[in-house]
Amino acid sequence: MAIFLNKDSKVIVQGMTGATGMKHTKLMLGDGTDIVGGVNPRKAGTKVDFDGTEVPVFGTVKEAMEATGANVSVLFVPPAFSKAAVVEAIDAEIPLAVVITEGIAVHDSAAFWAYAKSKGNKTRIIGPNCPGLITPGQSNAGIIPGDITKPGRIGLVSKSGTLTYQMMYELRDIGFSSAVGIGGDPVIGTTHIDALEAFEADPDTDLIVMIGEIGGDAEERAADYIKANVTKPVVGYVAGFTAPEGKTMGHAGAIVSGSSGTAAAKKEALEAAGVKVGKTPTETAKLARAILAG
Amino acid sequence: MDLFEYQARDLFAKHGVPVLAGEVIDTPEAAREATERLGGKSVVKAQVKVGGRGKAGGVKLAASADEAVARATDILGMDIKGHTVHKVMIAELSPEIEAEYYVSYLLDRTNRTFLAMASVQGGMDIEEVAEKTPEALAKVPVNAVEGVNIEKAREIVAQAKFPADVAEGVAEAMVTLWDTFVAEDALLVEVNPLVKTKDGRILALDGKVSLDENADFRQPDHEALEDKDAANPLEAAAKAKNLNYVKLDGEVGIIGNGAGLVMSTLDVVAYAGENHGDVKPANFLDIGGGASAEVMANGLEIILGDPDVKSVFVNVFGGITACDEVANGIVQALELLKSKGEEVTKPLVVRLDGNNAELGRKILSDANHPLVQRVDTMDGAADKAAELAAAAK
Repeated sequence: MAIFLNKDSKVIVQGMTGATGMKHTKLMLGDGTDIVGGVNPRKAGTKVDFDGTEVPVFGTVKEAMEATGANVSVLFVPPAFSKAAVVEAIDAEIPLAVVITEGIAVHDSAAFWAYAKSKGNKTRIIGPNCPGLITPGQSNAGIIPGDITKPGRIGLVSKSGTLTYQMMYELRDIGFSSAVGIGGDPVIGTTHIDALEAFEADPDTDLIVMIGEIGGDAEERAADYIKANVTKPVVGYVAGFTAPEGKTMGHAGAIVSGSSGTAAAKKEALEAAGVKVGKTPTETAKLARAILAG
Repeated sequence: MDLFEYQARDLFAKHGVPVLAGEVIDTPEAAREATERLGGKSVVKAQVKVGGRGKAGGVKLAASADEAVARATDILGMDIKGHTVHKVMIAELSPEIEAEYYVSYLLDRTNRTFLAMASVQGGMDIEEVAEKTPEALAKVPVNAVEGVNIEKAREIVAQAKFPADVAEGVAEAMVTLWDTFVAEDALLVEVNPLVKTKDGRILALDGKVSLDENADFRQPDHEALEDKDAANPLEAAAKAKNLNYVKLDGEVGIIGNGAGLVMSTLDVVAYAGENHGDVKPANFLDIGGGASAEVMANGLEIILGDPDVKSVFVNVFGGITACDEVANGIVQALELLKSKGEEVTKPLVVRLDGNNAELGRKILSDANHPLVQRVDTMDGAADKAAELAAAAK
């Protein structure tokens, strides 16, 4: 078991034939991901060779699904075309769309989220501006390095890509059931709460690490959710204590405005929900170790 | 990107939101002609990106062109809450005002939708209204796909309980304000106050607009709206090199890969600083996933050019990018800077972890640069960088 992604996941890549798509499709294949196709209307009918693995290119997501039974799409589509690509994935009702693309305009992400909702949320969207998700030893849908860690019993959900990697590295000897990078944009599809809910239900996850950062109130709401619904131990980390108000810290969503969105408020909310919060990534990893050691 | 009032006014006018005439000037003498064009009377309004300018004396009436010059002289150069006034708007005098309202559209992150806000208690700080009389502020979700047409605008206006005599006029203004919000890829459009004048007109007298920089690819006009004068020179230089840099007020220069890791690095350095003379991070700089020698050199150049920086902490986690490539990038960057005559004189602490970390560390050790130290944990490296900065302070 794992969340959202496992060895049976059949993955297609929208934007596979671009430079980033090619690079990461190769890496995902190397991690054992069952990549069954790429999507590019201009190259439909061709095949791309990745070190001996031939991956067919389809004209649309729908065609790719019909031909291969694909149930996951990873998107490496440039920002200007991302909205159309996500809408296409929603229309095809693919169960999971992982949007890696960074720099999508908020009016576009708000529009595709509203569209997904109007279609009954049949497609789970992860991202945008995220590293994707990995179930070590089974499948990798995105750009998380596959060799940091091994399969294990920690579940990880994070707004930040590199902090995901850092935390997986800190706890690499214990291993992870799944690690999900949900992205640092103001509008994202899958939230901390969605991942917490899935990890709580996953029999192969014993402990959850949750990484947040300044901006918005997702961590505060996750804290409320944990208090009411999560019985497994949760360890937290929040980045951005020293970020000044009004300055965007790299991620479009990482901005403190007024008194809302501060790291201190998030830490306080999580601690009030019984989550142990580390001061640094390393200290957070130590807290997780201590809990697992009983 | 937050805009000045005059820029917001121009965008409102472009999309049909009712506004008064106004033009922006940056010398007192220009106030004369501008006021004459308005018929000899005007309001002189300081252009600063901060609230409370009225109370600070940044908005004055001028009954003549001479008086406008005098008021512009007073206001230009004035300091309002730490913001120096470089520009004033010479605006048409408003007809007599009967009522002041508030309207805005913004992103509701929590509900992942847009939100219309409207209140008949305008003219004051809306956060105060929201806190003291929340029932006086209507919040109506707006579906990003459906948008705001006149029916939706009427619904918003009805929820905010606008008086019947202005309801249709306000609803029409709400539609044009929505057009502005969408057409300009704004994150916020706010009119405060929206007024009803004695002669029955609805007018946007002051407003705020914040634009989404991620939409710049389809908004070629937005580049001209950037306030290049106000940008910190280091931030401007970094932007010219496509670096994601924010100047802060400490002494430890920071370079890292990935926004989350760099934010975390700032925190870890600040904690370490508590034991070392209270030094703090000097900047945020995310060089992204690739971290080529050129990008590393550009980043180092910006940070070493900051006179506040006493030490530099390079914190890289090798994900897809291998640490040996990053280490080569650092070594080449130092050579590149040397060849440009900008030899590094400040100590660098480098922490490399992740993919091929051992190889990367060996490259740094072999290069044996006198100012580069390797510390292999993030917390340990932050402590070393803070210690070096404190020693050089």
